[in-house]
Amino acid sequence: MYIIVVGAGKVGWNLARELLDKQHEVTLIESDRRRYLTVEQELEHNVSYGDASELWVLERAGIQRADMVIALTGDDEDNMLICQVAKEKYLVEQIIARVNNPRNRRHFDLLNIKPSVSATDLILRLLEHEVPEYGLVHLLDLQEEQLEIIEMLLGKDSAVTGRRVGDLQMPEGSLLISVLRAGKGFVPSADTVLEEGDEILAVLDPGKEDDLKVLFGPEGNGAPSA
Amino acid sequence: MFIVIVGCGRVGSSVARGMLREGHEVSCLDEDPESHARLEVGLEKSWEDLGGQFTVGAGLETEALEAAGIEGADVFIASTDGDNTNIVIAQIAQRRYDVPTVIARVLDPLRAEWYERQGLHTVCPTRVAIEMLEGAVRGSTGRAGAAPDGAAEVA
Repeated sequence: MYIIVVGAGKVGWNLARELLDKQHEVTLIESDRRRYLTVEQELEHNVSYGDASELWVLERAGIQRADMVIALTGDDEDNMLICQVAKEKYLVEQIIARVNNPRNRRHFDLLNIKPSVSATDLILRLLEHEVPEYGLVHLLDLQEEQLEIIEMLLGKDSAVTGRRVGDLQMPEGSLLISVLRAGKGFVPSADTVLEEGDEILAVLDPGKEDDLKVLFGPEGNGAPSA
Repeated sequence: MFIVIVGCGRVGSSVARGMLREGHEVSCLDEDPESHARLEVGLEKSWEDLGGQFTVGAGLETEALEAAGIEGADVFIASTDGDNTNIVIAQIAQRRYDVPTVIARVLDPLRAEWYERQGLHTVCPTRVAIEMLEGAVRGSTGRAGAAPDGAAEVA
């Protein structure tokens, strides 16, 4: 396959190296001159200097015959538009875009840029389940990504014990990702019924902790009535 | 008409003042609070006293766009100093908020042309400059051609 990778940061550089090892044809495009010169020492003719937002730079890299374009720059607008022109102007079959700020994901969706990948998702998979203390515990703050992952133990007075996950009104900007019960973790379905002693993991936008405390905390503590 | 302008630089602020003067309702959004001062250049009263609105925020943040009033906008102008930002937020205005008239400033002529064909109204200052410069060159060579004996040099 012929693959164009935009952005020779750590991710782009290593990805290009891996793809070359797998015998793909690769052009890596980098707009920072110094970075380009560094990467060029190793990847030689497989790296190209220029701003891939510009159509002629993409055309010089041979986008007309590319099977895949992967946009990995640190700028979400750039990644969106590089993928948009790749797909809609040059009819590239497969695109992948990196999302730097998860809040921008809805814009990627709006412009039909799919799939889009966020580093946050990758870090999520590395999460290990540990026994939390009582209450809401910050497991991870991803400041650049503006996301947090928290853990909460459901006490016997929790407003949500005995309720179906599908019936919970999760605050906007939060997502229940896992339930730990009797030492085992699982991804809840809409039919999962929460029990006393469950530990829940949730990912949320910063500042949503209080909303979550209200929802999962003790009944009569301002919890919305169903 | 209610006009929302994102990007309050030299172009955005001038358009904002002009539209306000013509009696439109104008709301500006810019990341830089200092850009408010540019709106008031040459005005005797404050921007707000004249009925203008100003919001500090990033054009890519829907909360900021909504605070600036995009949901009720008749016209949306994307005039930040970044082509990519302008193209993205103009499409957001079109697709998410259904703003009837959306205009994006795009300096890159090639992309301005392509997005124009995709149904996005683009204004390309670079293309205008190219045409003016070419016109100016043609004008001077035209005069020289009409007066091959060197009269153009005298003029």
